[in-house]
Amino acid sequence: MIYVDNAATTPLKPEVLEKMTPYLTERFGNPSSIYKSGRDAKVAVNTARAAVAESLGAEEHEIYFTGSGSEADNWAVKGVAHAGKGKHIITSAVEHHAVLHAAGFLERNGYEVTYLPVDGDGLVDPDDLRTAIRGDTALVSVMTANNEIGTVQPIAALAAIARERRVPFHTDAVQAFGQIPVDVGALGVDLLSVSAHKLGGPKGVGALYIRKGTKISPLIHGGAQENGKRASTENVAGIVGFAHASELAMKGMNKNTAILLALRDDYIKKVRESVPYCRLNGHPTKRLPGNANFSFEFIEGESLLLMLDMKGIEASSGSACTSGSLDPSHVLLAIGLPHDIAHGSLRVSLSADNTQEDVDTIVAELRPIVQRLRDMSPLYEGIKK
Amino acid sequence: MLYSEKVMDHFANPRNVGAIEDANAVGEVGNKKCGDIMKIYMKIENDIIKDIKFKTFGCGAAVATSSMATELVKGKTVRDALAVTNKAVVEALEGLPPVKLHCSVLAEEAIRSAIADYYRRQGIDPEPIVGCSCDCNSCHDDG
Repeated sequence: MIYVDNAATTPLKPEVLEKMTPYLTERFGNPSSIYKSGRDAKVAVNTARAAVAESLGAEEHEIYFTGSGSEADNWAVKGVAHAGKGKHIITSAVEHHAVLHAAGFLERNGYEVTYLPVDGDGLVDPDDLRTAIRGDTALVSVMTANNEIGTVQPIAALAAIARERRVPFHTDAVQAFGQIPVDVGALGVDLLSVSAHKLGGPKGVGALYIRKGTKISPLIHGGAQENGKRASTENVAGIVGFAHASELAMKGMNKNTAILLALRDDYIKKVRESVPYCRLNGHPTKRLPGNANFSFEFIEGESLLLMLDMKGIEASSGSACTSGSLDPSHVLLAIGLPHDIAHGSLRVSLSADNTQEDVDTIVAELRPIVQRLRDMSPLYEGIKK
Repeated sequence: MLYSEKVMDHFANPRNVGAIEDANAVGEVGNKKCGDIMKIYMKIENDIIKDIKFKTFGCGAAVATSSMATELVKGKTVRDALAVTNKAVVEALEGLPPVKLHCSVLAEEAIRSAIADYYRRQGIDPEPIVGCSCDCNSCHDDG
């Protein structure tokens, strides 16, 4: 099997599991308990907090563990909106649904939301943000890197604009964290979401960075965990795993980036050479090192995925059919693709464990599969072959 | 999302793919916006569907329903073919995920659309026989 859907999730690294196991077995204590096993668990959570903070360039007390990246996004958007007076939210048209639908929820509850457009490469224009900010803007939320097309936004520039106007700035860095350097100081953001399972950690754990002094209401009420800001008994093993996965990702980043760039660029080059009527989606250079998103004209993405799966290749698509709605990906529509072309996209998201052989196999299988689907497509009739 | 084995079989080995050059009934339904387009070609002799081919742009379920629908009407009289419902296509495929049921509707419409074309070519108004003209853009506006 060739797995190239690392933007969806990644396999748990064995060394991460090894660090987690004791906290699923003998060190099972509740970090809120006073006795030794509880204290041990508390120490483990705090040590992990320090490690995640370090990998983000944050202070330890600015890291709040959550149950997922989606929770961190929801918390940032709803929590900051609720804590402030303003009734206006600014986000972008290409956000992950965790931000987009949280903003939509606010929109149905008395808030006004501005969705910043993107250009053909998926980039937000800082000038658009400048004009969109109003006196009652409660939050700006723009993702660090896009999950579908990999485009990396000019977050530092965008956050600086929000800062000038004293508007809190959140960024969903779930896809970026572990792939490219993410430093809260350099970016100048007030809130930032991350998730463990995108970088070799376990599913079911994420974190929200909240800059000291940022006003935010809790999303989950209950006990006093996470400095009273996020109730629920800590997922100790998950948090420990998250921390170790972050450390490994930071340590390996330079080496992994070089591997990813070489594989990705070779894949892009070979697909362009061997498959006619294709289009690379996303920015040519300002993109995540492991992401390659192509649209293949005249065919539909789910059929392409199923046929690749039959050849043991696991990838992803911005196709409607995988999401249960008839509309294709909002990201591909936002960069200006017509519906039929947006339906036929293939996202390959590599890990440093992928090999040149994987890339060559994918390209070799892709060409005849695309041709076969085109041959059965009414849209391909009469097209110059 | 899980497809039945039958769906996967008809997706991986679709029956009756292609076009018929001297077809005397051609129908196309669906649109680019919803991501499914089915085109059906038929060769009808003495009111019997002697040959049938399809071309489909769409997801796995769209290909499988096209394939199954062509199998179900091949060799049948036009009247019997018109009696094949989307439900029959779904049953023959051993079920479809709920979000994919629209594909089976499209397959039924594609058959009807081709048969409507058959009547129209003979100067017969298809509407009383087929039920609707079935050359509409399915249920959506073209985008």
